[in-house]
Amino acid sequence: MNDLRDLYQEVIFDHNRSPRNFGLLEHPTHQAHGVNPLCGDELKVSLVLDKDGVIEDLRFEGRGCAISTASASIMTETLKGLSAREADRYFDAFHAMATGESPTPTDLPALTKLKVLSGVRHYPARVKCATLAWHTVRSALQNASASVTTES
Amino acid sequence: MNSAALNQYPPALDATALRADFPILDQPVNGHPLVYLDNAATTQKPQVVIDAVADFYSCDNANVHRGVHRLSQRASDRFEGAREKVRAFINAPSCAEVVFTQGTTGAINLVAQSYGRSNLSKGDEVLVSAMEHHANIVPWQLLCEETGATLKVAPMNNNAELLLEDFTNLLSEKTRIVALTHVSNALGTINPIQKLTRQAHQAGAVVLIDGAQSVAHEPVDVQSLGCDFFAFSGHKLYGPTGVGVLYGRETLLEAMPPWLGGGDMIRTVSFEGSTWNALPYKFEAGTPHIAGVVGLGAAIDYLDAIGLQAISTHEQSLLALATQRAHTQPGMRIIGNASDKAAIVSFELDGIHPHDVGTILDSAGVAIRTGHHCAMPVMQFFDVPATARASFGLYNTAEDINALFDAITQTQSLFAR
Ligand SMILES: Cc1ncc(COP(=O)(O)O)c(C=O)c1O
Repeated sequence: MNDLRDLYQEVIFDHNRSPRNFGLLEHPTHQAHGVNPLCGDELKVSLVLDKDGVIEDLRFEGRGCAISTASASIMTETLKGLSAREADRYFDAFHAMATGESPTPTDLPALTKLKVLSGVRHYPARVKCATLAWHTVRSALQNASASVTTES
Repeated sequence: MNSAALNQYPPALDATALRADFPILDQPVNGHPLVYLDNAATTQKPQVVIDAVADFYSCDNANVHRGVHRLSQRASDRFEGAREKVRAFINAPSCAEVVFTQGTTGAINLVAQSYGRSNLSKGDEVLVSAMEHHANIVPWQLLCEETGATLKVAPMNNNAELLLEDFTNLLSEKTRIVALTHVSNALGTINPIQKLTRQAHQAGAVVLIDGAQSVAHEPVDVQSLGCDFFAFSGHKLYGPTGVGVLYGRETLLEAMPPWLGGGDMIRTVSFEGSTWNALPYKFEAGTPHIAGVVGLGAAIDYLDAIGLQAISTHEQSLLALATQRAHTQPGMRIIGNASDKAAIVSFELDGIHPHDVGTILDSAGVAIRTGHHCAMPVMQFFDVPATARASFGLYNTAEDINALFDAITQTQSLFAR
């Protein structure tokens, strides 16, 4: 049996209660809208990419479960100041960790922070809650303005 | 159901004893005894249903209506025997009016495509309610797109009761089909079908009732309801998945063109054209889910032996208990407070997303449904992304409700840290 506390760690509750970087940017260079049609969760991500391709600012808004809110909140903290290319590497690493499908890379410095979400891999029905924000930010970076769903 | 009716029938059902008929209930989940409260999604199967399906495959399996050999005869007898059980169960006048489908969804699509496409045209209207399952919305949207007809929606109030005056006002000579759920799967509301059907008939419309959530929980008599079509699923009736029923008035079915073409539904086939088989076979193209139908027959026998009235009384007492507990549980809000309700409790906990509720309840062995319950317009109306839903069946007990509320309290204290 999996311990519920593996999934619901104190850090998750903290981010759920007071999400960081919550809201939308007024003049984003990129934004995207993500939905998880299975549970009705919705998320908007907006960001500013500076001329060097670095994520200068990043915010999210939406309503979702504790897992999706905490994941989005931690993600914004992680990705701020990184280049779009680095963000992509974190996407892959996070995805690997959340699904447990492939080994998680060890050379990404901010990964420790994301580890609090690794418990979702024991809860297949909840993996999409944790990855929604990541799918959304990746789609924003790829398309400047886009919509994604966890079912595509 | 009103209290006078309740008192008329003393609770004659021993849920604790009946649990023993359901092997699946006797198992630990996450270290706790399973408390299954997701009966509106699907019900568990009693041993007699499991045995009937296994026995059919072990002893009688053959295709139906096709062979002169012994097994084919036995398979056909069991298949048609189940049809007669269904007929009696819903008090349909004749077996010709009982069409086996793949489920409620299949039955509604059959009516939309066969009756709808041949009877509706531009300017006509289909009327549904604001509390329909997607299965009673989307087929009509497809029909409207194809025919140019318009879909109208009868609104509900904040208690999730249909607004009868608005319903009446939406009926007109343009209304060709009225499609209503008997019981709302997301809210529990029981709609006053008899009255609504009478009004719809006065306006000249035909009436389809989505009975997915009603047949297993109260006695249903299609003749006294007065509806023209009635659809339901075997799996919500303690029977197998993949099988359902469309009841249709014979005169209507007779005039309707077939929907699916293939074997069994024809009388003669030549390359110049084909003629159709008699009812109900005209609507049963291809090899049906024979074992599923046999299992459904066994489920009906099982329910008949307990009595639908006794089941209804039992579930109403569970609903009353759960509702009362919910009112005294801090931070809990029930969504759907109709005066006439089935044993379905949709709820929200302050500051806790339904998905988190579902996961934490599961860790305590309590199985509920979370999400939009295939009723996204209902979620939009109540301005929630999702709800948590506990739905009761004949084998649930007051102890199950205690376990539910213990787990809810545990969820709240976890989130209150
Ligand atoms: C009210 C209602 N209508 C229709 C359906 C569809 O039933 P099925 O999926 O068995 O076709 C359901 C169940 O999901 C339901 O609750």
